[in-house]
Amino acid sequence: MTAKTDPELDTMLHAFVDGELDAQDEQAVRAHLETNAEAARRAEDYRHQRDALHALYDEVLDEPLSADMRAALSAPLGKRAPRVWNTPLWRMAAAVALFVVGGFSGWWSHTLSPSGTPVETAQSTPYVSRAIGAHVVYAAEVRHPVEVGADEERHLINWLSKRLGHDVRAPKLGEAGFDLVGGRLLPDDAKPAAQFMYENPAGQRVTLYVSLDTGRTQTAFRIVEKEGTSAIYWVEGDLGYALAGDLPRAEMLKIARLVYDALIA
Amino acid sequence: MDIRHAIATELPRLRRYARALTAGDTHGADDLVQLALERALKKTHLFQPGTNMRAWLFTILHNINANEHRRRAARPQEVWDEDVPASTFTAPPEAHGKLELRDMARALEHLPPEQRETVLLVSLEGMSYKEVSEVLGVPIGTVMSRLARGRERLRTLMENGPAQLPHKPTLRRVK
Repeated sequence: MTAKTDPELDTMLHAFVDGELDAQDEQAVRAHLETNAEAARRAEDYRHQRDALHALYDEVLDEPLSADMRAALSAPLGKRAPRVWNTPLWRMAAAVALFVVGGFSGWWSHTLSPSGTPVETAQSTPYVSRAIGAHVVYAAEVRHPVEVGADEERHLINWLSKRLGHDVRAPKLGEAGFDLVGGRLLPDDAKPAAQFMYENPAGQRVTLYVSLDTGRTQTAFRIVEKEGTSAIYWVEGDLGYALAGDLPRAEMLKIARLVYDALIA
Repeated sequence: MDIRHAIATELPRLRRYARALTAGDTHGADDLVQLALERALKKTHLFQPGTNMRAWLFTILHNINANEHRRRAARPQEVWDEDVPASTFTAPPEAHGKLELRDMARALEHLPPEQRETVLLVSLEGMSYKEVSEVLGVPIGTVMSRLARGRERLRTLMENGPAQLPHKPTLRRVK
């Protein structure tokens, strides 16, 4: 009878490692381990896994609580804590963060494409490079970033839906700290396309490009990067979407998921 | 003790667990903890004084994560276009010089979610089988079999080395 083929002993071995056995069973396993090198090695490996997990993740215990967590804890019980996006301190922190990210992004994209070539492939759907181009041009625009502002959101949506011949929507991205600035109509090869622009309190902008020129059907989130601006794009139904921005990828993905969830909701 | 204080005391452990659960995705992990925290604060009246605060909080976090998994099932997975070095983004938490630890972080990603949860609650959080069974809402026998399968799978993955691990082009995140 070996440890490998004995389910009961197998269970006991785990319970032994986890200190779940009573004294008698523990003694029995100990005796077994003395004579069974394979079982002893497994027990050792399980302990080793535990040590490795602690070595990997224990440092999280020392991290200070996030601003959102502190805000939630200090709010009156039973009420949802206000998010800290709009507090003056947070704005300041965000402005500093923007500066740091900005200074960082050159280096970051450089490491992504050491050859200097854009991380974009021949298979990329054509509308995506137009979406990135439109982001680069309009996100930097101070006075006229959009044609129709968020204060006329209903008109904006109706107008763009009419021009595209499709219901388009501007999803709410408040959960990620981004508010709608407005949108514009754009040429997309020979078809119309819509661009929605969002901004966070730190002044960072992302744009959502909606295209009729999907080219192909695919359901994955795909990611391309061009000179520091990245786009996450996907096709849903007849429309192609591309979320473009200069934020870190984790942020971009988070926003893309919000957009996706809002659009299918 | 103020219940908020009791909750705050447990937050570092919830964060550690969430971080490991999401394969080192700081944002996703903290989002998960934030949701659990807000829900716990809203439901403090449901907490029974004298019972296990830690298990209660972990249960909330587990339920949120499980719902999120279901909600996300229909959503597309991320695929990197080629040439993007996936390792740049899937890297486990920084400053782990040892290759072995990186292997561990990667191997963990390759466990089915229910095995990963169980292994982490037992081995990282040091919970008893009974506590884990409460947190996950499954019988103790299920905890033990998931634990055994998860640990054995980790062992196999670690022994075969990183080269044997299928490259995961997708990010696994909570949100």
